[in-house]
Amino acid sequence: MATIDQPGRAAPPVVMDAEEARRERARKMERTGRWLLPLVIMAAAIYSWDRICVWNEIPQYILPRPGVVLNTLIEDAGLLFSSLLVTLRITVLSLALAVFGGVGLAVLFTQSRWIEMSLFPFAIVLQVTPIVAIFPLINIYVDDQTTKLLLCAWIVAFFPILSNTTLGLNSVDRNLIDYFRLNGATRWQTLWHLRLPAAMPYFLGGLKIAGGLALIGAVVAEFVAGTAGQSSGLASRIIEAGYRLNAPRLFAALILISLTGIVIFLTLSWISHLVLHRWHESALKQEQ
Amino acid sequence: MPERTHPFLILQSIGKTFASGVTALDRVNLTVNDGDFMSLLGPSGCGKSTALRIIAGLSSPTSGVVDWRGPPLQQNDIGFVFQEPTLLPWASVYDNVWLPLRLRGVSRKEAGPQIAEVLERVHLTGFENAVPRELSGGMKMRVSIARGLVTRPRILLMDEPFAALDEITRFKLNNDLLDLWTERGFTVIFVTHSVFESVFLSNRITVMAARPGRVFDEVTVDVPYPRNQSFRTSPEYAALCRKTSDVLVGAINATAQDLEAATYGDH
Repeated sequence: MATIDQPGRAAPPVVMDAEEARRERARKMERTGRWLLPLVIMAAAIYSWDRICVWNEIPQYILPRPGVVLNTLIEDAGLLFSSLLVTLRITVLSLALAVFGGVGLAVLFTQSRWIEMSLFPFAIVLQVTPIVAIFPLINIYVDDQTTKLLLCAWIVAFFPILSNTTLGLNSVDRNLIDYFRLNGATRWQTLWHLRLPAAMPYFLGGLKIAGGLALIGAVVAEFVAGTAGQSSGLASRIIEAGYRLNAPRLFAALILISLTGIVIFLTLSWISHLVLHRWHESALKQEQ
Repeated sequence: MPERTHPFLILQSIGKTFASGVTALDRVNLTVNDGDFMSLLGPSGCGKSTALRIIAGLSSPTSGVVDWRGPPLQQNDIGFVFQEPTLLPWASVYDNVWLPLRLRGVSRKEAGPQIAEVLERVHLTGFENAVPRELSGGMKMRVSIARGLVTRPRILLMDEPFAALDEITRFKLNNDLLDLWTERGFTVIFVTHSVFESVFLSNRITVMAARPGRVFDEVTVDVPYPRNQSFRTSPEYAALCRKTSDVLVGAINATAQDLEAATYGDH
């Protein structure tokens, strides 16, 4: 009966032998090291970047010093952040559409094996063809700029959600499916009470991948569209800055895109943790 | 306590051949009386689980008839407990026990008293909000039993439910299951490969032979209930275990021809 966690109760002080104390110290060091090490390395990298610029007298339009990049990021904040907003809008919208499309199609697939057999190859074709190669076609057929970019980002982002959710919906414990049948559950009940919750860890795994891909899809689409001078997202800022040899702004835009990707990943990981932490193996505490 | 004399379920010459050509069951005849605690005992591959699935309606027999006696069978009347606890890992103990009622349209609140009662009977009061991962193997099995009983079924089908548990937990669950059974008077068909378990629990043991699966013999355990720890250590129990064991060894060593003769005579 003692298997239930009781986080509210403080543990009494434990008398530790030498081995356990050593283990505990190692554990503590590892915990600090996990966030301290990357920070130290990052700081060192930025510092040596700065030194290399100074020692070699590299001109600003080739490699700007980190301080200059930071300055540009602050000075051009209005321009850069409004561009970021454009890119972010495409990313989030396409991710939302990818969730609807991917999950919807996956549910359809599990309802009928025939539909899955007929449609899955098309989804794979869409996935394996490089988006840059498809874009000129989209450019011809679709007029609206936003729709163009959305479609592009969606094609890249929806596949991991579709394939992961399909896998999840089909990986339900056979005995539980029998149990539902035994209790006269309808198709809808089995889907809602059993298949969808069981697919949740798989879906969330796909969502994490799709989040990054949606950003990549949006940026790539802007790049291709940007060459025609029609876009105002971050990618077009990068192209523009490249033409003008404005390296500091190029770096600033790049950093902004990276940070956006990290924020998206962290947000989706956090959602995943919130949903799964009580029951799924993948979200178990590490020290256990 | 029911008299256990009225037939509740009669299997008439049940046969099951899979598409692969494997014959899992061959002419199985079995009568289960109302209130029986009947164990199906046999080596692996003797079709015990297949028989249970056919009785549950999860699988249909290739030949033969499953004949239910008495009032027509409702969906509520069959409870099933699997070898694994087979719980919803994301749902609390309460919601897991609610599941069969929920599938029948009973709201979470309406189901409250029934769930509380059955959880109390399996000694899980206070664990309503725990999720399966937080429970021990024995406790998960208790949840599974509670879920099987919450609809008040007339027959409980159990497919080696305690096979994966340690012996101490298994003894406790055996005792608790017997208590529930004597109190509520439902019928049990209990698939097991343990001689000791089957003798302790059942009033009748049907021994099955493998390849193809069929009924070899029946052992009657004519010991009154309630049975408790003192029965487990009695000479009577030891003698019954030896007897059942001998029958089981006979079933394992029997050739197909022996079986044919033993079951159907020389015609």
